[in-house]
Amino acid sequence: MANVRTICMRELAGYFGTPIAYVFLAIFVFLSGIFAFYIGGFFDGGQADLRAFFQFHPWLYLFLIPALAMRLWAEERRAGTIELLFTLPVTMFQAVMGKFLAAWIFTAIALALTFPLWITVNYLGDPDNGVILASYLGSLLMAGAFLAIGSCISALTRNQVIAFVVSGVVGLGFVLSGFPLVLELVDAIAPSIVVDTVRSFSFLTHFQAISKGVLQASDIIYFVSLIVFWLFVNAVAIEWRKAA
Amino acid sequence: MIEISNITKRFGAVTAVDDVSFSVGHGEVLGFLGPNGAGKSTTMKMVTGFLRPDQGTIRIGGVDIAASPVEVKRWIGYLPEGAPLYGEMTTRGFLRFIAGMHGFRGADAEGRIADVMEKVSLESVMEMPIETLSKGFKRRVGLAQAILHDPRILILDEPTDGLDPNQKHEVRSLIKGMSAEKVIILSTHILEEVDAVCTRAMIIANGRIVSDGTPEELLCRSRLHNALRLSLAICDLDETTVGRVVETLRSLPEVSQAEVSSQSDGTLELLALPAGPKPLAGPVSAAAHANGWHVTGLHVERGRLDDVFRAMTTD
Ligand SMILES: Nc1ncnc2c1ncn2[C@@H]1O[C@H](COP(=O)(O)OP(=O)(O)O)[C@@H](O)[C@H]1O
Ligand SMILES: [Mg+2]
Repeated sequence: MANVRTICMRELAGYFGTPIAYVFLAIFVFLSGIFAFYIGGFFDGGQADLRAFFQFHPWLYLFLIPALAMRLWAEERRAGTIELLFTLPVTMFQAVMGKFLAAWIFTAIALALTFPLWITVNYLGDPDNGVILASYLGSLLMAGAFLAIGSCISALTRNQVIAFVVSGVVGLGFVLSGFPLVLELVDAIAPSIVVDTVRSFSFLTHFQAISKGVLQASDIIYFVSLIVFWLFVNAVAIEWRKAA
Repeated sequence: MIEISNITKRFGAVTAVDDVSFSVGHGEVLGFLGPNGAGKSTTMKMVTGFLRPDQGTIRIGGVDIAASPVEVKRWIGYLPEGAPLYGEMTTRGFLRFIAGMHGFRGADAEGRIADVMEKVSLESVMEMPIETLSKGFKRRVGLAQAILHDPRILILDEPTDGLDPNQKHEVRSLIKGMSAEKVIILSTHILEEVDAVCTRAMIIANGRIVSDGTPEELLCRSRLHNALRLSLAICDLDETTVGRVVETLRSLPEVSQAEVSSQSDGTLELLALPAGPKPLAGPVSAAAHANGWHVTGLHVERGRLDDVFRAMTTD
């Protein structure tokens, strides 16, 4: 565990050592505000809650998370430090976990920085804080799934731009599979069991369920198993392409 | 300490390392010599546990690296080719990270960092981001991370590559200074380096070991080993004089071959190759004396490593 921590701290320090981290945090908080207040009709809804804000998270993560995850492994490959890392007394699990956790903690910090929105809704009205808390948790879980995908894909290339684009596309697949338009399309060409399967694979379906305030085991298990699955593939990918 | 048995590594159709076996013991400094693409780096990557051999086993201190990779990695310090480092970190931050990964905390870690900092003279760059350092300093940071945990085994892939002559000299002194208490394997293109720091030299070509011995033994294989360079001062240099001198040398039983290596105003330089293990200096100076040659220089060649190297790695 000490190794996981050491790697995680190095990676976190790496985030904060570059201006990109602060740009990321600023964009995240700024866009969250924009969507909550303007696009989500925060004031027009006549209702003080953060629904619009959270609804927008899958789309926000779609490009912000790949930007966070792209450097995790691609940069180690490009710089050749992967050789340094894996000749230290560290296991594959520790290395993958340490890096993933760093990116996840960074995302949690970004989410935490949106607290003024939460204060605002409480000031303006009387929102269900339980729902808000569940939504935050759901959002963090979903971010973890996006990150695991991004980390895995970053392990397959030494080019951060490629890692960014590909994980964006894969993430989009996971979001869109719950999008009504897509589901109607699938419905038109495939039996309903396929539609259900596609829907059940979507971030949207599970995230929306959690953000209604119902913390169901199945939704949590969905995200956690996605994270585990992608991190496992991540480890296999590193082992497989270590020499490349 | 290190026992390597029949390791093979393929990359697609390329067999980078082909059924290589050797062992290295305490106090040995083993130099890998070989042309680019010979398989030196790949061998080192397998010994350090970065790559898994397709076949064969690597035992370090009696422990199979495939069975206990993490344990074995604790005993090894490794400088990968080109000394890759986390450029955005400061030297101190980086060494703290390495110390942490080896399980050193607090005062213990700081003590070790201070130690290596002094050993490889990093005092002036401790707070600088590594990416801003000169090549020489980067290499030293790479060495510092390799020796921070005082490993029993040091594996250095081209440790002096790309350094200027002074930096090369410094790194070699460092390596020599540590050679008594460690097992060291290094790779190099520079043949004098083998002579300067290694107790044993291994020539690798096309993934195979083509020669293994002390640098002295390698030199013995040189065409020029024990050859004699002779300089004569001759006033009237003409064809017949030169011909006569060469003939005289050739007629000596200890000389297998004699040739003119250069001739200029009043000076004739010759090279005589030995016929056997007997030294040439005696008979040749006797011949010079008998013929009244005016000898201005007499030099016995130890041999040339690049000679041996070329002979063994090209065909
Ligand atoms: N990751 C890799 N993928 C494909 N081929 C490789 C890889 N690494 C090394 N090789 C090939 O293996 C051979 C040995 O390379 P290497 O061990 O780096 O040689 P050296 O260090 O002696 O120059 C070369 O032909 C090289 O092209
Ligand atoms: Mg090499």
